[in-house]
Amino acid sequence: MTDRLILGIESSCDETGVGIVRLGPDGSLELLADEVASSVEEHARFGGVVPEVASRAHLEAMAPTMRRALDKSGVELSDVHSIAVTAGPGLAGALLVGVSAAKAFAAALGKPLYGVNHLAGHVAADTLQHGPLPSRCLALLVSGGHSQLLLIENGLASSITEIGSTVDDAAGEAYDKVARLLDLPYPGGPPIDKLARTGNGCAIAFPRGLTGPRDSKYDFSFSGLKTSVARWVERCEAAGEEVPLADVAASFQEAVADVLTSKALRACRDLRVDTLVISGGVAANSRLSGLAAERCASAGVELRVPSPRLCTDNGAMIAALGAHLVAAGAKPSPLDLSTTPGLPVNVVQIL
Amino acid sequence: MLAVDTATPAVTAGVVELLPDSLTLLAQRVTVNAKAHGELLTPHIQACLAEAGRTFAELDAIVCGSGPGPFTGLRVGLATAGALGQALNRPVYPVPTPDALALDALALMLDPASGSSGGHPLLVATDARRREVYWAAYDALGRRVDGPHVERPADLAAKLPSLGVHQAVGEGAQLYADVLGLPVLDVKHPSPVSLVTAASAEVLAQARPAPLTPLYLRRPDAVEPVGRKRVTRA
Ligand SMILES: [Zn+2]
Repeated sequence: MTDRLILGIESSCDETGVGIVRLGPDGSLELLADEVASSVEEHARFGGVVPEVASRAHLEAMAPTMRRALDKSGVELSDVHSIAVTAGPGLAGALLVGVSAAKAFAAALGKPLYGVNHLAGHVAADTLQHGPLPSRCLALLVSGGHSQLLLIENGLASSITEIGSTVDDAAGEAYDKVARLLDLPYPGGPPIDKLARTGNGCAIAFPRGLTGPRDSKYDFSFSGLKTSVARWVERCEAAGEEVPLADVAASFQEAVADVLTSKALRACRDLRVDTLVISGGVAANSRLSGLAAERCASAGVELRVPSPRLCTDNGAMIAALGAHLVAAGAKPSPLDLSTTPGLPVNVVQIL
Repeated sequence: MLAVDTATPAVTAGVVELLPDSLTLLAQRVTVNAKAHGELLTPHIQACLAEAGRTFAELDAIVCGSGPGPFTGLRVGLATAGALGQALNRPVYPVPTPDALALDALALMLDPASGSSGGHPLLVATDARRREVYWAAYDALGRRVDGPHVERPADLAAKLPSLGVHQAVGEGAQLYADVLGLPVLDVKHPSPVSLVTAASAEVLAQARPAPLTPLYLRRPDAVEPVGRKRVTRA
């Protein structure tokens, strides 16, 4: 069997992504194109993603992003073997733009379509950089929209089980809210990370959500942490003291990284898994990856974190997941496929 | 020619043969389901081509209704048409959806069986939800003279005397018939033939298509947060 080219389209939130991946006869993956158009700046003044603004931006960006991906890779649409598209979870109107376009490409080119799960795509992104996953591994997905702990067995095409998730805010959402509190720009991750480097992470003991003996072992909660930061800052202001911004940022970041990594490693221990993948936009956070590296090393767990570019939403991860499905001989999705904004993570492909 | 429109509750697709002096419908699929644009449009297109005995490669151009219409459904047609154009390397011509509805109404008025005495100035009003209509006004030859706009039916009613329209079409006109006070012709969704007719001069001249941009007419709903903390300005 020869090489097969998989086209991936992503439009679940505020990034319009088109990726092209070459699937080798041995199942190897090679990234040929990864083009992203982001509407993040249009959302900045609203402090969060505005669905209608995102949907409009996707429609505008779809054709040019596709053009760039084809030009960069030197691939013709007629050379494409199959098309994968994010069918959920995500914003309904945003998903619909990518899925509508993907269906039209599939129909016009006469190629199979795979409507896939965005979250599984985040894990698949890592296989573009670090090769196939072991038969069992855990994945920690952390971004503005999701915070989940997943058990993956026998490859992405067969079984993904959610063993934990956030009960309130996603980790990235907590960053955005705390950033607003500290008068930092949206999205909050990068500016807090930068400010935190000059502060002391042990200065303030912010609470670690859901870490009591009776709490759910693998679930997360960041809403209490955010409130606690707000209270602490208010108290400081009320007392007429100057707010030690860097220490607040560092201590908040320490609490997030501590909870995420301790729960992920606890799950590795309990489930006897020796590989942890961390992906999603927040994976680029320096303290999270630093603390994860320390703790994984001492626990004898192999840590895999894809490069920041692959961690954030993109079309390459969707192409990669499509390639896993094609390699596993999965059946294509029908062209009357529906988008599913609340798609659960155990459904890797919509049929 | 392939024609698609998703600016009304109908999921509309059709294959039309356009020659310099004639226009023939080969196949059409129209399903009224405001929630199924995303699911049904591509299967409808495939079914039309199959019935017409044609392939995607045989299409010369694509015509797409550009709204105005409720946003989520409207984008399905434009995203689909845009991707088809890119995949097939064919031009995509946007057509304001009320222009096609006006042509459908004109055809009805000119049909001897209708007992009508020919074309009349016309109001096209579609349902914009939130108690508003999208509207445009046309002369007796089906040429747009005002619009499209989005407005409350009562405000539109106040403008009717100056618009000089005698009849109305569209779901908005039907829904608010008591407010608008105009006789309503039974045309609710644009036909593939009218969509192609509205673009035919450009298509036949092989003109460069206008940008494939939807007619939203409304800004996105979004509010900037207020009452931010002023920690750093203490
Ligand atoms: Zn994501």
